[in-house]
Amino acid sequence: MAKPEDKITWKDVEPGAVVTEPGSACQYKTGDWRSRRPTYEFEKCIKCALCQIFCPEGAIKVNKEGYYEADLYYCKGCGICAKECPTKVITMVEEKE
Amino acid sequence: MERKSTLTARLTDEKERFAPGHRACIGCGEALAVRMVCKILGDNVIIVNATGCMEIVSSQYPYTSWTVPWIHTLFENTAAVASGIEAALKVLTRKNRGNFGDVKVVAMAGDGGTADIGLQALSGALERGHNFIYICFDNEAYMNTGVQRSSATPFGATTTTSPAGKKSIGQFSWKKNLPAIAAAHDIPYVATACPSYHRDLALKVQKAMNVKGPSYLHILSVCPTGWRCPTESTIEIGRLAVQTGMFPLYEVENGKHKINVNPEKLKPVTEYLKAQGRFRHLSEADIDRIQQRVNEDWAKLKDLANLEMVPPGAADYGVG
Amino acid sequence: MATRLGMEVSLAVSEAVRLARADVIAAYPITPQTHIVEHLAELVANGDLDAEYIPVESEHSAMSACVGASAAGARSFTATAGQGLELMHEVVYIASSMRLPVVMAVTNRALSAPLSVWGDHSDVMAVRDTGWIQIFVENGQEAVDQVLCGFRIGEDRRVLLPVMVHIDGFHLSHMVEPIEFPSQSEVDDFIPPIDLPYRLDPKKPVTMGDFAPPVVYTEVKWAQEIGLEKSKDVILEVWKEFGARFGRHYRPIETYRCDGCKVLLMTMGSFSETAMTTIDRLQANGEDIGLFRIRLWRPFPYEELRQTVRDADILIVLDRAISFGGPGGPVASEIKAALYPLEKRPKVVGFIGGLGGRDISTTDFEAIVRRGIEIARKGSSREFEIYGVRE
Repeated sequence: MAKPEDKITWKDVEPGAVVTEPGSACQYKTGDWRSRRPTYEFEKCIKCALCQIFCPEGAIKVNKEGYYEADLYYCKGCGICAKECPTKVITMVEEKE
Repeated sequence: MERKSTLTARLTDEKERFAPGHRACIGCGEALAVRMVCKILGDNVIIVNATGCMEIVSSQYPYTSWTVPWIHTLFENTAAVASGIEAALKVLTRKNRGNFGDVKVVAMAGDGGTADIGLQALSGALERGHNFIYICFDNEAYMNTGVQRSSATPFGATTTTSPAGKKSIGQFSWKKNLPAIAAAHDIPYVATACPSYHRDLALKVQKAMNVKGPSYLHILSVCPTGWRCPTESTIEIGRLAVQTGMFPLYEVENGKHKINVNPEKLKPVTEYLKAQGRFRHLSEADIDRIQQRVNEDWAKLKDLANLEMVPPGAADYGVG
Repeated sequence: MATRLGMEVSLAVSEAVRLARADVIAAYPITPQTHIVEHLAELVANGDLDAEYIPVESEHSAMSACVGASAAGARSFTATAGQGLELMHEVVYIASSMRLPVVMAVTNRALSAPLSVWGDHSDVMAVRDTGWIQIFVENGQEAVDQVLCGFRIGEDRRVLLPVMVHIDGFHLSHMVEPIEFPSQSEVDDFIPPIDLPYRLDPKKPVTMGDFAPPVVYTEVKWAQEIGLEKSKDVILEVWKEFGARFGRHYRPIETYRCDGCKVLLMTMGSFSETAMTTIDRLQANGEDIGLFRIRLWRPFPYEELRQTVRDADILIVLDRAISFGGPGGPVASEIKAALYPLEKRPKVVGFIGGLGGRDISTTDFEAIVRRGIEIARKGSSREFEIYGVRE
């Protein structure tokens, strides 16, 4: 786990400021960015996985029922999944939080 | 179609090699392209990245979105750094100080870092025949610094350094033909790709992985922020780019051109242009001019492709 | 067993690179270093050096390729001069700030405009701040020795920094000199195989070259500075070992007959040998004038400098480069700054000379010393003077 940036001392810095923890940026909650969120009517879902393929964040995962659902920790609410879904499973609504 | 279903499986692999948590804009077509590419590239690669959108959104110290070895140095030297790495891997393997025979070096840069400031290094690396893939993620301007024009900005687009105004149409020159420049170096494989045609893109990345020598991929990266279009339209706009002939999907394999998506009739460019705010100022006459040029370029491409055309209307790999 | 040969210094540098078993050479020609990359090409073409030779398309790409190769864990080398060093300027910063050991021979050359292929120190002075270890040599033997030491020092895990070896263009690079080459086994013993802590390897992925927001940039830079300062311990250690193995001893400041002298002359680079001859002549005449030379330019040898000048009243510095509109002689200004905190310090008089390949003879050195003593006693209307300009 990388230290928070404002706590890093010069002695903490690896030579050349190399970052040794692969993929450590996954700690950053991009879900805070969104102003719309996806809502689902899974009964229409044909599990084509197009939404997952087209998500710029890689935020869409298979849920317990086998349907494709956005991880709201990362989802920025772009709406690509809703637009591209061939069976119109997804509707974007205003994010209230 | 066994190969393609394997590629789709890899595209839907749950392991994200370009990790979420990156700071790309909402709806970023380039982040999507990188994400797709990384899934096909796999883990046995070393990525060299130019300064630009993808570098900035993925590598804020002390974090990284990258799960494979990755290096960023400067803006214009991506191909040169990649050359050095490729040479190092070669000699280290030869001297038995590691076995890097299967490791592919992949250079990633934007249109600014390729067509403008990075062209020299690219040309040098292609001419020397290094075994690497160079991928240009083309969002058609210097987007990371706020939408300034590059030589890949299409004619008539408004950018901050080529703004449309009373005395200006916006970008005054036609998009530099980078795939043609790459092909002119006689390298084994050149291809254009677009995330909207994901299987075609995946296949091309796969092909590039198997090339012994240099390969060049030019990937259209729709940028809702800079192109002024809705964030959900990224895939649709990419599709229109291909269907109108503004961004044809083709390959040049050992010097032979092959068009991968060959619509029976190109959609009018106005459908593509009107969907984006950066072209909003264009008059009907301007759009006609663009249509004429697209028609000419499409005819030229078809001539180059000659007998190897996909039959019209068939094998349109996109969905929708 | 060492071999003693008469060889052009450029070619000797290439031989040193061969002995060091460099892995990757990035090569771009520029006068007066071209013989270095040409001879390296020959060595690789004939199988005498097993390395990847990348004929890059510019110096900017030469340093970039070296950075890439080093990041992948290979021993890399390039050579440049003058305009080439300027063209790669931003990449030079990258090598040091990313802590990637690279060895670069610079055959110091004047900067355009007007174009001059001849030797002076303008190019090296433009890269003072870049964070590399920088070593000046005065003859062919030193050039070979310091290239060898450069690989050993730079790759040491306590250092991890690139090293520049400064060799006067033409004045030194093109001289045929007697040089003793250690044997391959002696060099193999002295320079261990390269083994960097971080490398680009899919088996252990790392990210190199993150960007740093303001909250953390300072810390990264300070870590780099401390790294460069601390490298001095390793440099001294390596030079001590080199001396024990090969009988040639190197110091950050090299003194010549200056113990107790009231007047000191300071030079850097190959004309130091001419200066030594001048000192012999002056001292034979009973004059109390000695010489010292800076060998270790970066990290700057504060301690050794202050120690060397402790008894002197006058210090005359001859710079082979000019910093326009300001301090004049870059080295003189750094020396003044280094001596500033001392209670007792000599009066420093700076001269510019030898620009663009102009020779400084023993007669010239004598004249400089005389004028320097005069200025120290009576002052000058100028901040610094240039020697030998025709008015």
